[in-house]
Parts: sequence; structure tokens; C-alpha cells
Amino acid sequence: MTKIVVAVKYVPDATADRTFEADNTVDRENVDGLLSELDEYAVEQALQVVEAGEGEVTVLTVGPADAADAVRKALQMGADSGVHVEDDAIAGSDAFATSLVLAKAIEKLEYDMVFFGMASTDGSMGVVPTLVAERLGLPAVTYASEVSVDGDTVTIRRDSDAATQEIEASGKVVVSVTDQTGEARYPSFKGIMAAKKKPVEEWTLADLGIDASEVGLDNAWTKVESYTPRPPRTAGEIVTDEGDGGTKLVEFLASKKFV
Amino acid sequence: MSEVLVLIDALEGKVTKPSLELLTIARRIGEPSAVVFGDADTGVLSEYGAEKIYTFDDAAYSEFLVAPKADGVTQLVKDKNPAAVLVPSTTEGKEVAARVALRTESGLITDAVDVTVDGGTITTTQSVFAGNFTVAAQVTKGTPIIAVKPNSAAPEQAAGAGAVEAVSAEVAESSKTAKITSNKPKETSGRPELTEAAIVVSGGRGTGGDFSDVEALADALGAAVGASRAAVDSGWYPHTFQVGQTGKTVSPQLYIANGISGAIQHRAGMQTSKTIVAVNKDEEAPIFELVDFGVVGDLKQVLPQATEEIKKRKG
Repeated sequence: MTKIVVAVKYVPDATADRTFEADNTVDRENVDGLLSELDEYAVEQALQVVEAGEGEVTVLTVGPADAADAVRKALQMGADSGVHVEDDAIAGSDAFATSLVLAKAIEKLEYDMVFFGMASTDGSMGVVPTLVAERLGLPAVTYASEVSVDGDTVTIRRDSDAATQEIEASGKVVVSVTDQTGEARYPSFKGIMAAKKKPVEEWTLADLGIDASEVGLDNAWTKVESYTPRPPRTAGEIVTDEGDGGTKLVEFLASKKFV
Repeated sequence: MSEVLVLIDALEGKVTKPSLELLTIARRIGEPSAVVFGDADTGVLSEYGAEKIYTFDDAAYSEFLVAPKADGVTQLVKDKNPAAVLVPSTTEGKEVAARVALRTESGLITDAVDVTVDGGTITTTQSVFAGNFTVAAQVTKGTPIIAVKPNSAAPEQAAGAGAVEAVSAEVAESSKTAKITSNKPKETSGRPELTEAAIVVSGGRGTGGDFSDVEALADALGAAVGASRAAVDSGWYPHTFQVGQTGKTVSPQLYIANGISGAIQHRAGMQTSKTIVAVNKDEEAPIFELVDFGVVGDLKQVLPQATEEIKKRKG
């Protein structure tokens, strides 16, 4: 019986026009949100692990009311239950505060493993899995392109630029996975119907014994001073190849001194 | 002047170019102290301004994932009270930085593309939301810990004392838990590293799986080769060469996209490139909205002609 907690994030849609609030935090109100694409791979891998044996998948998110959508999507994919930590004081939290809330919530759950996506598609720091592991005192095997579980031992393959590595850890383990682990499934109609009956717990900071002074924008360890939109690119020159496209391309490169 | 710790990345002893960029950036803040785990060419470090070189030697650094290195850097931060810690914005660099930051209650900024100092205040620039915005940020607690992306500064030589100091740091048993059981170095292509290259030539669905024209153009220009997610997902090119949101973010002087439509996924990884060129059969391809120069045509005709023309001009 393997109990896996999958931590997921509700993020502004990467294909929408993402922007900021007046306080320089990410605008999460006026841009449609969804379950971070990179977290779908973590849900998928967790489901595959429990399907190969016996187990349960609990999906955990920290975020505003709308973040319930991310939990619902994971339940539709096949997760068994959900936990949504929501508290106004959490708004604007940095990676450290987020990892605190996640770690306290995970401690409150029964678990053998914790799965994460490699990074969020909004903040995209990619450090929350390792921070949660650090807080819980657990091994972290991160950026997996392949995950295999044998009893309480997790082995991952990691493909970095320099090498392909196999990394192993036992006992309670934190795992983060890349999009190379394989396509995430789409919710089936049956899955969508079943998700409506799955339990979702709603917790606040008080439920986790966290004081508001430990989280939120005012207690972040970094500060965004300003944000600037990228200036629009001026329209370039487009030519149609009439047998001389390659030569014209090189003429352009030469004009910019690349050749 | 106070010390600035710089985590050095080296491959088989050879110090990487981004590490030299970090030493250059560190000199804006204070006196660079290189931090080396295992082997690195200390001569190069002093040539690029390292006043001190802290070396750590323990089998644990190569046998386990980042936690033992975090033990070492944490000890240095506590002992030396540096003005800042700079690390390469790689998976390993960011994970070491995150653990050190938490242990020393210090703020962390990742993926910085520039670092400036004004009256002792360090401000970073990051490119966010697929390169659609730049953000200026500061660390407000503890020691600023900053992960800096490749190509964020030109490495500048500056003679440093390069005093080597072997540090013996205890590696906690609790840090020896994620064991590296096998390590197969990748064969090198002989081309520049993708995120460090001044020129990137990439291919997508339009290559039909044949990257030879893309590679030939890249080699004529001394460029790195990249690939779109469509090409990688089709198994045409390895994932380590993927440019885009779930792959590498590149910001070269010149980016040439061939047979790549320019989906948001891909744009996220390349749209901060200085000059952008595209070759695509489809004149409606969104990539053409980004380009400084575009050719509507078949890359199998256009690229070989361009490659020949470059060779001719280079004589």
C-alpha cells in the first residue's frame, strides 16, 4: 500500500496574456487559471505507481479559491482525494513560505512519497520540491525523466546536459518529475463523474499551526521592485524563396556582421 | 571589500564559461571567492578574479545529489558572512542555493539575467512569463543568494590572488540519502553548449526528422543546435537540445528557427534572443511575428544554399 501525496499548483494559463497586480505579484484574478501543465506529469506518475500495485493518491494544493480547479482536474485524472489549503494570509508568499505550508500539510497526511512537477509554469523557480524535502528532512530525487518504485525504494533516471544518471533513495522520499516521464492522461467521462464524489478537505493556516507572520507578501525574503513589459519587436523583413532564399538569408546575416 | 561566494561548475576539471561569468559579476559586488567541490582548474579562477578559492574534497559530493554540497556552502556562509552568494542557474545550482537559503534564512532569486549594484544594494533582472516581462527584484532578508543564467555577462579577465584554502566540512549523514548509483557522461557533439552559444540554429517539425541541413548550417556558423518540442517528442532530437518552456531558455545574439511554427511553448524559450531569423514553408506561421528576417520557403532548399554561401564568404 503506497500512499502518495502529489503537490500541484494552480497557475495563470501560459497561453493567456499573463501580467502583474499593483503590488508586483502575479495577477491570479483576471487571467484564467488551470492545473500547471508540468504538474500533470507528477499526477500521472503517481497514478502509475499506485496502479502497478496498491495505493492511494492524494492531491494537495495551496492557493486561492479558484485553485480548487487544479485539485478537481487531478481527481478527474484519477487521484483519490484532495486537500486545498486556502488562507488570505498566504497571498504573495515566496517559495520559502509556500514550502512551509506544503510541508506542514504533508506532515498532517499519511504518506510514503511526495511527488512534484519539476517547476511551476509561472514562477518556474523549480526549488519548492527540494525546499519541502529540506524542511521534512527527506531525501529528494529531482528532475526525473523516468521513475520506478520497488517497495520503499525509488529509483529515477535523470538526463542532464553532462550525463545520464540513476539516483536512488529509500524510505519516505520527495520526487520531482519532468515532462519526459510520459504523456499525462486526459480525464475520462467516468473520471469526471467520479471526481464529484471524491473527498476534498479544506484547511487554513490555523489547521496547520502556521502563524500569518510566517507567510504572505509582507514576509517574503525577496521583493519585486518593478516589472517592465518587453518592448514589442518591430516587424522584420520577410522574403519568399524564389531560388535565392538562402543567399538572401546570408546577406541579412552579413549585414548584421554574423558572417 | 567583502567576500562574494561563487559556486563554480566544472566538467572534468574544466571550469565552465558561466562560472567565469559569475566571477565577473561577483566583482561588481565585492571580492570573488570561488567555491569548488572536487576538481577545477584553479589557475583559470584566479585569472578571472578569484581572490580566494575554497576547495572541498569528499567522495560524498559526487556520490549523492546536492545535499552534501549545500552543507559545505552553508558552513561557508555562516563562517564568512559574505555580501552575496552567486550560483549557476542550473538544476544543481538552484537546488544547492535553495537549501543554503533556507538553512541561513536568506532570500533567493533564481534565473537572474543581470545583477547590478547601487550603493551596496544588489538588484537582479529576471525575464519572466515567457520573456514577455522583465522584473527587477532584491533580496530583503539574510545573505542575497542569486542563481544567474548563462550569457548574463561577458567573462572578463582580472588577476586575482587565487589563494587556495582547503575547507573540511562535515557532510551530515542525513545529506547522504539520494545516492547516485550510475553516471554515464554524455558524448559531446563538439558544438557550443546550447545555453551558452552566441548563435543557435534550431529545427522543428518542418525538418521531417532530418536535422542534417540544420546541423550543417550550425557548423558553418559555429553555432549550437536546438530543437522544438515537436521534434523532440517525435524522437528526432534528444530532449537536452529542446528549446522552450519545458526545455532550455536561450538568449543568443542570433537565433535561426527552421521549420518551427513558433507556438508559445517554443517562444518562451527563445524570444529574448537579440536577432531572430526564421525559415518556414507556411507564411502564416506565428514565428514570423517575432523575426528580424524571415524566409518563406522549404528549409531543404534554403538551408543548404545558405550554408554554401557562408562557406564561400568565409573562403
